[in-house]
Amino acid sequence: MPKLTIDGREIEVEAGTTIIQAADQLGIEIPRFCYHERLAIAGNCRMCLVEVEKMPKPVASCAQPVGEGMVVKTNTAGVRKARQGVMEFLLLNHPLDCPICDQGGECDLQDQAVAYGSDKGRCQEGKRAVPDKDYGPLVQTMMTRCIQCTRCVRFIAEIAGTPVLGGLGRGEHLEITRYVGAAVSSELSGNLIDLCPVGALTNKPASYTYRSWELKKTESIDAMDALGSSIRLDTRGNEVIRVLPRVNEDVNEEWLSDRSRFAVDGLKRQRLDRPYVRKDGKLVAVTWNEAFAVIAAKVKAAGTKIAVIAGDQADAEAMIAYKDLLASLGSQAIDCRQDGAKLDGSVRASYLFNSTVAGIEQADALLMIGTNPRKESPVLNARIRKRWQKGGFKAARIGHKGDLTFKYEHLGDDASVLKALVDGKHPFFETLKNAAKPALIIGQGALSRPDGAVLLGLARKLADATGMVKDGWNGFNVLHTAAARVGGLDLGFVPGQGWRDVDHIADAAHKGDIAVVFLLGADEVEMKSLGEAFVVYQGSHGDAGAHRADVILPGAAYTEKSATYVNLEGRAQQTRLAVFPPGEAKEDWRIVRALSDVLGKPLPYDSLKAVRERLAKASPVFAAIGQVTTAAWGASFGAEGSAGDGALVTNIDNFYQTDPISRASKTMAECTAAFGGGCNHKHKKTGTNG
Amino acid sequence: MSFLDRNARAFLLIELVQGLALTLRYMFKPKVTINYPYEKGPLSVRFRGEHCLRRYPNGEERCIACKLCEAICPAQAITIEAEPRADESRRARRYDLDMTKCIYCGMCQEACPVDAIVEGPNFEYATETRAELMYNKSKLLANGDRWEAELAFRIAADAPYR
Repeated sequence: MPKLTIDGREIEVEAGTTIIQAADQLGIEIPRFCYHERLAIAGNCRMCLVEVEKMPKPVASCAQPVGEGMVVKTNTAGVRKARQGVMEFLLLNHPLDCPICDQGGECDLQDQAVAYGSDKGRCQEGKRAVPDKDYGPLVQTMMTRCIQCTRCVRFIAEIAGTPVLGGLGRGEHLEITRYVGAAVSSELSGNLIDLCPVGALTNKPASYTYRSWELKKTESIDAMDALGSSIRLDTRGNEVIRVLPRVNEDVNEEWLSDRSRFAVDGLKRQRLDRPYVRKDGKLVAVTWNEAFAVIAAKVKAAGTKIAVIAGDQADAEAMIAYKDLLASLGSQAIDCRQDGAKLDGSVRASYLFNSTVAGIEQADALLMIGTNPRKESPVLNARIRKRWQKGGFKAARIGHKGDLTFKYEHLGDDASVLKALVDGKHPFFETLKNAAKPALIIGQGALSRPDGAVLLGLARKLADATGMVKDGWNGFNVLHTAAARVGGLDLGFVPGQGWRDVDHIADAAHKGDIAVVFLLGADEVEMKSLGEAFVVYQGSHGDAGAHRADVILPGAAYTEKSATYVNLEGRAQQTRLAVFPPGEAKEDWRIVRALSDVLGKPLPYDSLKAVRERLAKASPVFAAIGQVTTAAWGASFGAEGSAGDGALVTNIDNFYQTDPISRASKTMAECTAAFGGGCNHKHKKTGTNG
Repeated sequence: MSFLDRNARAFLLIELVQGLALTLRYMFKPKVTINYPYEKGPLSVRFRGEHCLRRYPNGEERCIACKLCEAICPAQAITIEAEPRADESRRARRYDLDMTKCIYCGMCQEACPVDAIVEGPNFEYATETRAELMYNKSKLLANGDRWEAELAFRIAADAPYR
């Protein structure tokens, strides 16, 4: 391991480390534009110049590997002069339109120009202008501001795996542009905005509406998919302006999917801001007390014929409150699997992403069953791609044959392939068996089929047969699409005695065996199947559920409450209140608590703390916030039997619109119009063909 | 002797005579008061009075809603909301100035990169109600239109010292 001295401080680093990385380890700041720790090294901005003893010229510290006995100086007069020169060149063609630039206030170039820029330019010639490009409805381009750091080019090619950007021309005429015929439709394209060190790529939906210094920052958790990315909600007044990812190496590194980032304008539309009761076929705005009185009368008449179905973004607090309320009313007809996924709530390892998200980087063979990770969790997909890039990774897929941004073997599309694998008759079985850390991912597309339990059982058998579960490694992974799902299963929000699943509950409602159905943000349930039942919809958006509802109770969206979600790997995380719920809407568990009073069965908790204590009692998962609670492998799960025909495909048709918030979002509708369902960067509309 | 002195001053009305003499002197000197509002004193070109939002000579409003004035305002008297206009240029949808909060420090015009918000020479804008002192964008632009000639002159006159 080479030892070097930077600014008089010695450090020993691994061979192959570059000077800038060593300096970062010491906490010595070297200015940079093109260097980014998660991207390949380009060395083209030259801002990170440092002096190294015995080297004739300043060297770019991002691209210079350390050597034994190197003496680096980052803060000499010569270094400053060199950087000032670089800055002058960078500013030659930069328009300096900071007052109207959305990056203003959080711009690397702006910050570093304060340190290294001159107060006046010496250049008499005019500046060059570059025509703007069409990067779709998410990314606003102002290419004149571009300093050609090529971070975007490297990100889209390396991390996102959709190489559609490149540089055209050279020298002063270098332009970053989109390849002919390609659209910037990566599901991770929003990260380009974060990566761009200047204002060339900015947030299009929020363009010109904010300045970075006036936003209130709230650190929270994303609930748009099951990954539970760490996010920062930037708000102004009572409005979420934008969502940014936070660095969380275990979950999302520093990336965020486009739906999580851009669907927030849906939080302002179609909102339920006051209770409604259906009178003569029309929803009429009422007070909370009136709404509760109507529900109380119906619940009283229904007796124990009550059911609750929790949706994809229901928080654990509301679910435990509903579970307790129904228990006290004498019903066990509850379910959090509104898509009918045949997940087994009794064996925790059967519904977790057991290898953990970061752990998938250790897998060396992967089988994907009925899932499209690119649509279901793009950030996780980027992880798998990262693993694939390192080499020595064999992936295979049963399902559609689409582009996942990494190479895989397409084994077929129906369950017969899975059966052959389990029986050891398929060549990929040997690959899995011989791998040191084999893994499989089974998706909701497979599990929500009528034979989902059989497929789950087959997957389990395959995991056992190929040694996916061993000391320190569990490669059995379920990829969820709903943020609420794992939390719901962990706290036991599954049908009790005498009940099977959502379809069973819906059937009962149809037949009249269930008289009152509570939908806790559940919009994916087939509303017609609920028959004549009295439907109470509690949620944030006027979507399918509210349309069918007889009573609407306005709830809070994930940005408007402090709530607990458990992500797909079993990591309990808490969102924070960034803005207040609109109008008379309330936190969901408080609504249930108030309702329980009216029903004469008061729940024994009055504060958030008390609810969380109740949650921790229901499952220790909820006591370990921020940590993965792993599950023991052992108990059998899944069903025996023969799997049905038909392709095992993901049940997400449109990546951009999967839940009430994104369906209400104008931006997501624009994306759907521009890119279709996502994942199609190679063809379709390019923006120039109308 | 001080006793005699004091009594002599009191009985001979010396101080009164001195005072009246001063009054008499000033009767023959030029007046320093002016007949406001018919007459007005001179103002510096840097005088900070009522705010105006200026336009470019072609009629385009200067303000680009960069919010630097809002950020620097020590009294937090300015509220701006920005949005892209139909032609995709950055403009203020809302530019509110609370004249009752304003302390006339002039920081807003210092911060403005396009000389849009300026404190003009006008100080006679007293109103009968508080509400009238909550200026909005159209009021400020109207001010700018009314005072433009004067504002341009003031800025030009002060330019050599900036």
